[in-house]
Amino acid sequence: MNVDSILNGVVIDHIEAGSGMRLYDLLGLDEVDVSVAIIKNVTSRKMGKKDIIKIDGEVPIDFDLIGFVDPEATLNIIKDGKLMEKKRIDMPLELRNVIKCKNPRCITSCEQELPHVFKLTDKDNKVYRCIYCETKAN
Amino acid sequence: MKGLIDILDFSTEELDELIETACDIIENPADYSEKCKGKKLATLFYEPSTRTRLSFEAAMYELGGNVIGFSEANSSSSAKGESVADTAKTISCYADIIAMRHPKEGAALVAKNNASIPVINAGDGGHCHPTQTLADLLTIYREKGGFSGLKIGFCGDLKFGRTVHSLINALSRYEDNEVYLISPDELKLPSYVKKDVLVKQNIKYTQTTDLESVIGELDILYMTRVQRERFFNEEDYLRLKDSYILTEKKLEKAKADLSIMHPLPRVNEISVEIDNDSRACYFKQVLNGKYMRMALILKLLEEAEK
Repeated sequence: MNVDSILNGVVIDHIEAGSGMRLYDLLGLDEVDVSVAIIKNVTSRKMGKKDIIKIDGEVPIDFDLIGFVDPEATLNIIKDGKLMEKKRIDMPLELRNVIKCKNPRCITSCEQELPHVFKLTDKDNKVYRCIYCETKAN
Repeated sequence: MKGLIDILDFSTEELDELIETACDIIENPADYSEKCKGKKLATLFYEPSTRTRLSFEAAMYELGGNVIGFSEANSSSSAKGESVADTAKTISCYADIIAMRHPKEGAALVAKNNASIPVINAGDGGHCHPTQTLADLLTIYREKGGFSGLKIGFCGDLKFGRTVHSLINALSRYEDNEVYLISPDELKLPSYVKKDVLVKQNIKYTQTTDLESVIGELDILYMTRVQRERFFNEEDYLRLKDSYILTEKKLEKAKADLSIMHPLPRVNEISVEIDNDSRACYFKQVLNGKYMRMALILKLLEEAEK
């Protein structure tokens, strides 16, 4: 399968196979005007299989979310068709209004205006917990 | 603004300081009778409570202060749809300190983040109940002289029992304690508490469904009630509510200096015949709770003035 190279934008590579769509949704890529390609289950020497997202154009994106979904993924910044920077994104210490607390006993379940905030409580096991009720994020 | 939302908000040094103050209040109550003169405590209780609300009120009155507040959600503006945040901002204009109970987990944190006066969590759903833990700690201190080298059994509802989680957290910071977790399979201590507290702090623990097999080992037996209000399903509650009932017969195997604790209210999990047993400490816990709340109110008001 061929997907064109991009001129200016980003390529999120080495995403754990199966996590690409989740990252696509969290980054809000369904709402951007530029060309976006999501490629699933690409053969990878290192990973066996991986997902890739290509975004052709400059869009305001909260790249911290890459670290939340898969801290092993790489972010490649492309300018004029050339790779300008390649980096990994650390897991963010806090997620604000990215995911919602699903605990029906949490105060956020009845007070709609409250921000949904999760803190990284266990980096080794990638555990985020709601700051209000300490429920683990899924 | 300093408050108390989770027992871990306070360092062990701060807890020691509170215990020291509480012991001094017990020894010299007259010295404290006007310490909060001119100050107001707002008790914002969105769900029923006898012990905790009256304990806070008694604590404030014994410090010479006054109390305002409500004791059920229907008599507050929340019945009109007011948010916890707005209520906290409003009450900050009237009172000097807030004690809040709310059925939703995290409500006290929302109040703390929005109030300009100290907020004490008097229970937020099944999440935290730190002032009960203060009562428990003072009781353990007065009964056992300290917090180390103890074998502590927690029995009953260890899943939804917030007092259990808070006390395990608090005791995890002291050395050489051993924990016995006694519960039906459905009401076991959540795995994250085991992993994040007991395993992380390298605390030896035993998990069992059989109280009688371990009761002889214990220095402290912390009984809990299976709480109807924590169940979505009435059938599950009815099936589990009588899992453990402590009787004189079961106590035959227990140590002579065992301390039997319970956060109360009790339903039937401790037989009333045990009330006269010298090992029963649960009504002492109630009294200790008042002294610790006095110490806490004093500490938070002093820090707010700084």
